[in-house]
Amino acid sequence: MADRLWFLIPELILLVGAITCAIGGLANTAAIRRHVGFIACAFLAAACISIPFVYTTEHVATADTLLPNIGKYVKFFAALIGILLVMTSGGLMDRKYEHAIAKGKATFSALRTSGGEYHALLLLSIAGVMLICEARDLIWLFLALELVSLPTYVMVAISRWSKVAQEAAMKYFFLGAVSAALMLYGFALLYGATGTFVFTEMVDVFAAQRAEGGIAVFGQIGLLLAIFGLCYKIAAAPMHLYAPDVYQGASAAVTAFLAFIPKTAGMLAIIMLCTLVGWDENRLPLAIETALWVVAVLTMLLGNIGALLQTSAQRMLGYSSIAHSGYMLIGVIAGPPLGIVAVLVYLVIYGATNTSAFATLACLSRDGDSVDSLEDISGLHKRNSLAATSLAVSSGSLLGIPPLFGFWGKLLLFAAGIAAGQILLVLIAVVASAISAWYYLRLIGLSLLSSTTPRSEGVSVTLKWPLIAAVLSAIIAIGGPLVLSSLMAYAEQAVVMPEE
Amino acid sequence: MTLWLLLLIPLVGAACIFVAKASIAKWIALGVSSLVLVVSILMAVQFDQWGTSQTGLVSHVSWLTQLGVTLDVGVDSVALLLVLLTTLLTPLCVWGSFTAITSRRKEYYAWLLILETAMLGVFSAQDLILFYVSFELTLVPMFFLIAIYGGKNRAHASVKFFIYTFTGSLFTLAGFVYVAWLYQVSQYGVWSFAIHDLAQFASTNLEYSQQCWILLALLAGFAVKIPVFPVHTWLPLAHTEAPTAGSVILAGVLLKLGTFGVYRFVLPMVPEALVAYAPAIAVLAIIGILYAALICWVQDDIKKLVAYSSISHLGFCVLGLIALNPIALEGAVLYMINHGLSTGALFFLIGMMYERYHTRDMNSIGGLAKKMPVWSFFMVFFVLASVGLPGLNGFISEFMCLMGTFIATADAPQWPGVLGPEYAAIAAIGMVLAAMYLLIMVGKVVFGKLKEPNQDGALSSLPTDLSPREIGILVPLAALCLWIGVQPTVLTDAIRGSVEEVLAPYPRLVQPEQDATSTPIVIEKEDQHG
Repeated sequence: MADRLWFLIPELILLVGAITCAIGGLANTAAIRRHVGFIACAFLAAACISIPFVYTTEHVATADTLLPNIGKYVKFFAALIGILLVMTSGGLMDRKYEHAIAKGKATFSALRTSGGEYHALLLLSIAGVMLICEARDLIWLFLALELVSLPTYVMVAISRWSKVAQEAAMKYFFLGAVSAALMLYGFALLYGATGTFVFTEMVDVFAAQRAEGGIAVFGQIGLLLAIFGLCYKIAAAPMHLYAPDVYQGASAAVTAFLAFIPKTAGMLAIIMLCTLVGWDENRLPLAIETALWVVAVLTMLLGNIGALLQTSAQRMLGYSSIAHSGYMLIGVIAGPPLGIVAVLVYLVIYGATNTSAFATLACLSRDGDSVDSLEDISGLHKRNSLAATSLAVSSGSLLGIPPLFGFWGKLLLFAAGIAAGQILLVLIAVVASAISAWYYLRLIGLSLLSSTTPRSEGVSVTLKWPLIAAVLSAIIAIGGPLVLSSLMAYAEQAVVMPEE
Repeated sequence: MTLWLLLLIPLVGAACIFVAKASIAKWIALGVSSLVLVVSILMAVQFDQWGTSQTGLVSHVSWLTQLGVTLDVGVDSVALLLVLLTTLLTPLCVWGSFTAITSRRKEYYAWLLILETAMLGVFSAQDLILFYVSFELTLVPMFFLIAIYGGKNRAHASVKFFIYTFTGSLFTLAGFVYVAWLYQVSQYGVWSFAIHDLAQFASTNLEYSQQCWILLALLAGFAVKIPVFPVHTWLPLAHTEAPTAGSVILAGVLLKLGTFGVYRFVLPMVPEALVAYAPAIAVLAIIGILYAALICWVQDDIKKLVAYSSISHLGFCVLGLIALNPIALEGAVLYMINHGLSTGALFFLIGMMYERYHTRDMNSIGGLAKKMPVWSFFMVFFVLASVGLPGLNGFISEFMCLMGTFIATADAPQWPGVLGPEYAAIAAIGMVLAAMYLLIMVGKVVFGKLKEPNQDGALSSLPTDLSPREIGILVPLAALCLWIGVQPTVLTDAIRGSVEEVLAPYPRLVQPEQDATSTPIVIEKEDQHG
């Protein structure tokens, strides 16, 4: 038992961080309140640093999880990108209220601030992703997934003082509850099919069933239901319908968070569930593979075609985020080792470069309000060439223009797909990427090439931290390929199964 | 590391431009690109493999070891010629933009230098992924050059250009990965993207149907870039809207990326499939030659006319590439160089005229020989080079391509092919049409009654006729045109080894001596019926 706790050290650090942030946000001194973001970053950095010490070879050898090394990779990057995400929301919370206090127009009241809660919830959600890595049974997995999701509902609601955000949060919450129910039902059926909740035992039961001629129908249905439930987390079709509304309703910083953390959680959970049944001769059981195949194709096409029609930047990026889930499912279908490595690498690349796009939107405002329409970023290079360049680089990376980081992620996924014999699926992904060129080029064109319109005249960069996050993330998009080989080696290490 | 030096100098130059003042950006760009030219000439002198099929100036840099992706570079004689063409045209383009570009100058020159790196990367890559990365990277600077500095319709033109080529080459990437995967399976799990290994593997080990799929995937990217008939529609728009230097680079080098791709990958990788599909590709090329020539005939916009003439001309180059004998293939390689020189020069000339009169409409301008004799001399010179006047470069390559196509019959003794006199005869009509539309254009614009559009006075500070700078741009191009026209054997000898190496497997495939059941025979019969 002590050994299990040992692996939770990064999560515990974040838990302490969450409590500190929650208390710090209520402090009477403005100086402390204003630095809650730094506190969150410090704890995330501490979690990062702790990981090499936690995942030593001796300790990993005692682990009883399915993929004992995966936490080393996922936790590290979840915390690292978490720092970027905290920077993206820098100055977002309580901006007007703090301004009023500083001017003496209002007095501080602990009830009216939400900065501390926001950062605490953010850390808890990241801790949820970390917990998924240590899941050894379905119950743990479910609780960890809910720990990822529950804070995000609140984050959406408090991110903006507008009805749109409230509506988005309600939609997100109710649909999230439905998907969780679906997933739980699937888990129950999986229990029915195997008689156990524990992953390592389930693997043996499934292997035995397969040797006798196939996995029980209950097990297959359960797995399908669980995967459909998880599709909600990664915003994959047909559970993607909430995503555009929620992504548009929440503030850009929270959207950046939604596009990475719950997606990582969902992807990890799907990979774990697929590992339960295994890729027998590099193929998942037919029903699961077919279902994932259809989901992947629908997600890529609906996401990219949907994005073509948008006039709101955040909504467009929301659809783009849907499409990227579709690409990643190719890796899941392809299976280990290359497919899963590709998914893990792609998650990091996507998280790091996608943040730039949202952070650019987060740093802009017009008359104190956040910007949303595509027209608002028209001629951005004349207002702030740094922000415009970051947005363009990030779009280019998401589109997969070589030699930017995003291209290499796609190359790995395509290579994994082709190597698994999924040539048709890869060709569909190629077509989908080609479609995506239209709207990513539009983002690049609007920010770097267009001239300002009367509407975008008033847009200016008002927040410092999101801009820094955007620039950092753009630098990663350009310089990332230099460390690609080590990143891939790191991911390869993560999917090593324990020796029997 | 020498080739890497060549690739890195422009990048360093681009970085310098970003930190320098806008007013000296053009001088940095000119200095850097001239330095690259000098280095590349030194390399060409140092290059020992002229006339052989070997790859020289090789350097190995391993990179993504898990997938066997490397950053290996090296050139054979054909690639080195195209490298020289690139390094020659880039400083001329920089020099030619001195007066034309007045706003956002830093970005402009930086993009030009990045473009040079990307183009050189394509020609010197020895790894499929490095090739692909460079191939795609050329899109980005060109997209910005058109979109920022282009004509009225620039937004549409740049997006169309980008999406056409991006989409096509994604399929090429899928094809590359497919070949690499098949190779990996045969090597028990070791990935490699080395061009040489994969070409050797693919040409000997793959089944016919696999080769056909790969051919299709490769052509999806290269045909768009060349461009071949049904996918050519991005070109007239992009060429017309691009700034002068953009058009020069597009016509001079970027189109050659497609033909070079065919030479480098399609010919060595998928010989069986190519033998089967060559007639179909030839038909598309001939349609392109004639169709584009007819469109040229009715153009009023001079720049558009030259743009369409590129489609027509590149059709000959494609014919030469798939005629499968050394005469035609040498002609095709020479065509890449010649078209770069003469069409590049024509775009320069049109740009110089446009800077003075702000129109490209043949009907509103005429008789410029009276006003601008030097300009008119060069115009006539390069039009004649383009038309194929014996003694100038265009003639040699066009003649070799057509001649090679003519003799590429299945019963030819040494180098049997799958085309033949009928293909050459129909394609030759294109030459006649080219003479017609280009000479009509010259007749209208250079000769006849002097006609000048109404100038609003403060148009330009340029002299009436060409300035020394402009003459300096045109003279080297003209000298090379003349030199290649008179002494083509220097170049054809230099590339013979590479060309024969590429073609080596073909005679056996077209004319199998014992086995009468294989596919090429079927083609041969069809040809005789047709």
